[in-house]
Amino acid sequence: MTLELSFNQQPGHLRQGSSIGQPLTRRDGFLKVTGAARYAADNHPPGTLYAVLAVASIARGRVASLDVEAAKAHSGVVEVMTPRNRPALATDPDAKDHPFMFRLDLLQNDQVRYPNQSIAVVIAETLEAATEGAALLSPRYEALPARVGLDGAKSFVPRGVGVGNPAVQEKGDVEAGLKSAKTRIEASYETPAQYHNAMEPHAIVAAWDGDRLSIDTPSQGLAMAQGRIAGLFGIPPQNVHIRSPFLGGGFGSKGMISGPQVLGILAARLVGRPVKLVLRREQMFGPVGHRAPTRQTLRMGMDGEGRLTAIDHRAKTASSTFDDFFEPAADASHTLYASPAIATSHEAVRLDTGTPLFMRAPGEATGSIALESAIDEAAHACGMDPLEFRLKNYAEVEPMTGKPFSSKALRECYSQAAKAFGWASRPLQPRLMRDADGFLTGWGLGTATFPALMFQAEARAVLRADGSGLMETGAQDMGQGAWTAFAQIAADGLGLDIDQVDFRAGSSDLPNAGIAGGSGHTATAGMAIHNAGAAVIARLADLATGNEASPLFGAGNEGVVARGGRLYRRDDENRSESYGEILTRAGLIEIEGHGTGAPDPAFQEAYAKHAHGAVFAEVKVDPDFGQIRVTRLVGAFAAGRVINPRLVRSQYYGGMIWGVSFALHEEAITDRRSGRIQNANLAEYHVPVNADVPSVEAILVHEDDPYVNALGIKGVGEIGVTGTAGAVANAVWHATGVRPRRFPIRIEDLLG
Amino acid sequence: MTSLPISLTVNGHRHELEVDPRVTLLDLLRERLDLTGTKKGCDRGQCGACTVLVDGKRINSCLALALSHDGAEVLTIEGVAHGEELHPVQAAFISHDGFQCGFCTPGQIMSTLGLIAEGQAGNDPERIREGLSGNICRCAAYGGIVEAVLEAQEQLAKANRRTAA
Repeated sequence: MTLELSFNQQPGHLRQGSSIGQPLTRRDGFLKVTGAARYAADNHPPGTLYAVLAVASIARGRVASLDVEAAKAHSGVVEVMTPRNRPALATDPDAKDHPFMFRLDLLQNDQVRYPNQSIAVVIAETLEAATEGAALLSPRYEALPARVGLDGAKSFVPRGVGVGNPAVQEKGDVEAGLKSAKTRIEASYETPAQYHNAMEPHAIVAAWDGDRLSIDTPSQGLAMAQGRIAGLFGIPPQNVHIRSPFLGGGFGSKGMISGPQVLGILAARLVGRPVKLVLRREQMFGPVGHRAPTRQTLRMGMDGEGRLTAIDHRAKTASSTFDDFFEPAADASHTLYASPAIATSHEAVRLDTGTPLFMRAPGEATGSIALESAIDEAAHACGMDPLEFRLKNYAEVEPMTGKPFSSKALRECYSQAAKAFGWASRPLQPRLMRDADGFLTGWGLGTATFPALMFQAEARAVLRADGSGLMETGAQDMGQGAWTAFAQIAADGLGLDIDQVDFRAGSSDLPNAGIAGGSGHTATAGMAIHNAGAAVIARLADLATGNEASPLFGAGNEGVVARGGRLYRRDDENRSESYGEILTRAGLIEIEGHGTGAPDPAFQEAYAKHAHGAVFAEVKVDPDFGQIRVTRLVGAFAAGRVINPRLVRSQYYGGMIWGVSFALHEEAITDRRSGRIQNANLAEYHVPVNADVPSVEAILVHEDDPYVNALGIKGVGEIGVTGTAGAVANAVWHATGVRPRRFPIRIEDLLG
Repeated sequence: MTSLPISLTVNGHRHELEVDPRVTLLDLLRERLDLTGTKKGCDRGQCGACTVLVDGKRINSCLALALSHDGAEVLTIEGVAHGEELHPVQAAFISHDGFQCGFCTPGQIMSTLGLIAEGQAGNDPERIREGLSGNICRCAAYGGIVEAVLEAQEQLAKANRRTAA
């Protein structure tokens, strides 16, 4: 693995200071390597009881009976919560006021609508008693046949996909484009249901004090969780205090509060004591979201030069029977390749499954593996090198909208990654390369992209007379490095050394930092921090420049610059004053400023904003047994400003390995008879282990973006998954001559 | 369930306990001794987050009943550093960014200590990868982990040479 650090630090971007761009190690590192970092389930208020879920072993039907008496008779069991005695809620958990309010299973009735749905909660003095109590419930069911698979129910066109995109979109005349093409391809691909499987199971420790609620639970969106819980219990949001300093991974599954977390709160209310509820691994296959399966068909037409004349991308996916989330897979074709005609469409079925949700690169990951495979097929059909074909169809403006890109250094990504990988010597035809041991060797390419999103965030900055600073925002660190990157932005925003800044995050009583999702957290909360810093510095500058006793008198706000705990006159650096001197003279212990982060609507409208990348993969395939190993990955990514190259690189590595996992490992398998997931555990639901991981290189391509936000930040959390999955699939084709049609790629697909 | 007596030495401290026979070593550490650094990721020996050293050997503490380890010496992540002074393996995990969310990290570090003690991996990255493949990292910080193990072994070897000299 290459560890060459490139400092993506442009002086033009820096208002003050120099923390941004530095490859600092994680500020929470010490806590994490000593076991001192407290995750939700590590909390144990006095008197805590243990709650264990009983979950449905059928996919559809109703619970006919539960042996509550047997469970309650077990030594140590305190209470059993079922639909009969579950405390009342202020709002119906099946109500849906807006698209991001997902329906929850909170024991509202005896119906079962997916496997692993909660059907009761056993609360006991010990974990062992609660676990045994749950087993003693011996549920009997009235089961109905489960609706399973993409052909398992009647198909329909959803009202919207993803976050509300139209299900059907078209630009130009695709049929005419296909008709006029010299070369055409049509190909279908299937992707499976996948489950986030963060290492930390969803957990909650909940304690009531009257109508105030104190919670430890992992959350990617503290304010949204707080609002949802407050609504369900009919209490003011400020009565709900959620602490989430560390998430043991999220990947989207901790974006919304899930049913089991709320059941922990209900259990605490029922017994009047603090309750700890932790999902068992198998219970995470249902109520906490997943990536929905897809079947995608792409048609492409190319003229005699290899230019696309039409792209038609159709996707079929699935949601649950009771709620709406539709994987926007076909939308991947909106942004990457220039074509006069593009059509994307989605249809869906409703299955007896938990509701699918956002999972790292939702839509982009599923769509990317199909699109990049099809582009590879199209290149081959035209007799062109896959990189040459992609460059021939390079989009100078966003293909679907015609908008200019706010920035796009994809050409540099292609060239730098291709060079590092050694792509130039790749033979055009498949099955021509073997290594010294006789393994079939293949090289493949995929283009990566992910939108540069921003949400809404707030931050509060304080400067103190002792020369230190404080920055507060309820940001969430699920491993991406928020504790470190935001402290770096805060230090620069406050014009202080990073060690002079207290940075507080991970708690719902801090300013709302928005959601850690959509690869938009660093940009959004980062801008709030940046602006809060500017606001407090402006107040400080006012105090100095308006006071005759100050060497900065008369310089005006624009005439001073903050650095290293001092304000300097911009036109005369010999005149300066420390923050402490300014505040002390003004008789102030501290001053504060507030900032918000939000997308600029004008730029939003005028520009297409995306991060880009190119990923090259090498695979080796056993010619006799079909076993596939990824041996090398080289990615180059351009995602605007890099706050911390060490952490960004780790995000790319992680994303790329998720891409390998998409291509070769992950799949939840549903039993067609029972509708249950057959491999709901980490031995049979395969995710990469250390031995699966090849040499991975991530190149950080310099990119200045003047439009996305003042800091020029795009986002890096999800893009690595895209491109990589397709690159691996294309490398498998290049090694074997067999085009993967379903994922993960199986040995049997390559044999015979 | 009738509790039974057990004696355990954890991170050098001896504990005399009465334990429900169903209690795993993992749950004993986490829920009774408040040693929550050791994590529960799957509770069935598939993820490695609960790895601790028992009598010097790495095991999945979720698969071990506490009672079956009466008299054992247990080392958990809380017992690895000396106060503020990190063990070379811990320091190397930080400097090579061998983790992201940090949830699997205690298990990765304990597994690394076990691997080094086994003396099988040496400085061959392939053998380190294989030897640490019982510890899943969903953030996939695997590259940093392997680099950290290589560096830590070098640091430990240097320290040993100094001690020998």
